[in-house]
Amino acid sequence: MTKHRLFWPAVVLAALLLANVVFTPDFFAIRIKDGHLYGSLIDILHFGAPLILVALGMTLVIATSGIDLSVGSTVAIAGALACLHISGAADPASPATVLGAVALALGVALVLGAVNGVLVARVGVQPIIATLILMVAGRGVAQLVTDGQIVTVTSEPYKLIGGGYWLTMPFAILFAAAVVLLTSLLTRRTALGLLLESVGGNPVASRLAGIRATGLIGLVYLFSALCAGVAGLMISSNVSSADGNNAGLWIELDAILAVVLGGTSLTGGRFSLGGTVIGALIIQTLSTTVYTIGIPPETTLVFKAFVVIAVCLIQSPAFRAKAARRRARPGRGTASRPLTPENTEVGA
Amino acid sequence: MSKRAAAALAAATTMVAVLSACGSGGGGAADSKGSGHKLTVGFSQVGAESGWRTANTKSVQDAAKKAGITLKFSDAQQKQENQIKAIRSFIQQKVDVIAFSPVVESGWDTVLKEAKAAHIPVVLTDRAVDSKDESLYATFLGSDFVEEGKKAGDWLVKEYQGKSDAVNIVELQGTTGSAPANDRKSGFADVIKTDAKFKITASQTGDFTRAKGKEVMQAFLKSQPKIDVLYAHNDDMALGAVQAIEEAGKRPGTDIKIISVDGVRDAFTAMSQGKINVLVECNPLLGDQLMDLIKKVKAGEQVPRRIKTEEGVFTQDQAAAALPTRQY
Repeated sequence: MTKHRLFWPAVVLAALLLANVVFTPDFFAIRIKDGHLYGSLIDILHFGAPLILVALGMTLVIATSGIDLSVGSTVAIAGALACLHISGAADPASPATVLGAVALALGVALVLGAVNGVLVARVGVQPIIATLILMVAGRGVAQLVTDGQIVTVTSEPYKLIGGGYWLTMPFAILFAAAVVLLTSLLTRRTALGLLLESVGGNPVASRLAGIRATGLIGLVYLFSALCAGVAGLMISSNVSSADGNNAGLWIELDAILAVVLGGTSLTGGRFSLGGTVIGALIIQTLSTTVYTIGIPPETTLVFKAFVVIAVCLIQSPAFRAKAARRRARPGRGTASRPLTPENTEVGA
Repeated sequence: MSKRAAAALAAATTMVAVLSACGSGGGGAADSKGSGHKLTVGFSQVGAESGWRTANTKSVQDAAKKAGITLKFSDAQQKQENQIKAIRSFIQQKVDVIAFSPVVESGWDTVLKEAKAAHIPVVLTDRAVDSKDESLYATFLGSDFVEEGKKAGDWLVKEYQGKSDAVNIVELQGTTGSAPANDRKSGFADVIKTDAKFKITASQTGDFTRAKGKEVMQAFLKSQPKIDVLYAHNDDMALGAVQAIEEAGKRPGTDIKIISVDGVRDAFTAMSQGKINVLVECNPLLGDQLMDLIKKVKAGEQVPRRIKTEEGVFTQDQAAAALPTRQY
């Protein structure tokens, strides 16, 4: 059981959740309030949903040994466009207006993803540089869209996306769960996941084996931007306003961290969607823990850093082996890449 | 050496040319010094990073028009080097007074000395500089964040006068380390520490944003058994918290009293619906005060070193009346 690659991330998540119970005894309590579920666990899933989506897209990008720094800007642009469209419409509460806003925001997100994809796959710009362009410029674009102001909208159908409830659950949770399920079906029940990993693992060999790397790499950047676009809609919908300056700020770093915590290697060639979801939940639980146990804001970042270091070390087979003073030293390959889980069941 | 001088001269002329080209839209005020008494003021703004700032800019521009002052406006886009360039070009254009909101606190001595050498008085607005040489600027006009925190505390003390039950307060701080967050926190704490019944049970940063304000408030609502009062360092966090409180099935403004700082339009709307109890104003509309001050400085009158902007405290019964006149 401890051999399973999700074992240690799951242990950390469980430990963090249990730590909260010490300070708030009814931390796990979930009640029905106003016809929907209410409790800290629901909050964690609810606020974690956008991060899960962004990290999901990031996982596939990282699997191809790329990286997408522009997701935070895409989040801001998508939210800004949707809110601007709704606030300018004659009837903000009509479903048609909201659908139009969603289509507009996601359409633009796809265009942004296509730009990244073309730059990386066709032009051959290094992913970190190619997406850095949009990361820097995109936030300016978002502020241009909102004219530097916070755009507030009052629209019940739009509110549903990020702040509403469906079947007693926050809609955002259900939506994120559905996307995770679909993505894992698509990548693990078809050859797509294996192809992505082979492109990330060894692009030249993949090309010689007849895999169309260009198309695949373009595809993951499109998917990443789409996920970020949906996350942008959720974030802006949850607070019924678009803030071009702050929406999704630094979410790209949280997403990369979630991917790493989930046991996906930054060097590409393998990925774990389940690990990413757990990683994103660890990050969100960490924030909730900070608020719950009252860590002073000045030291929050230090606290988070220690937890993250601890998680990374616990996950490292080399470190665990040393800590346990086991007889057998792990092989060179794993020792030099402490973030990579031990097992090698690629594409399982 | 001469090459460099020539290059510098060329750069300077280009800059002046560009700036005067921008300024000429306002109506040919190139040689206002010689003809008539129309004052020319160079104003360098931080940027356009928030609604508050945009309102601030508009107020200065409108007030200048109203006061018959020619305003040369320059947007620094949050960069100090742009601001220094703008001030140098103001000096070359021989404006009467230079006013600016410094992007950062330090590094202004050289350019301010140049202004002093050219006998152009400098007025600081909204933000201060940490220069040791006080003769470098005439006066500083801006908000007093400590005072804002105190006003918030004063309202709370008055609201709970005569009651002896413990009052549990949660606080949403601004961006950790920023001047408004530090000062609003300490001003508030100074006032409420005089009475032991007031207790801040939780205090976390909400980064001045709605999303964070909502997220932190949701956690507070679950971890704190009893919350009587919320003190938010700005309106956006308060508005996010209002949503969190509503989703928890409580009534913001009634079950949990809310104190907020700034006074943007959205907050006034919420207050007119009874969701916020009191707004401590942080006023960006300092244009008129600034123009008065500039005239006095130019006329050689003695002005105080530090002038606080006129700021009020708005309660619910004033909200509906004040709402239509809010400009930001």
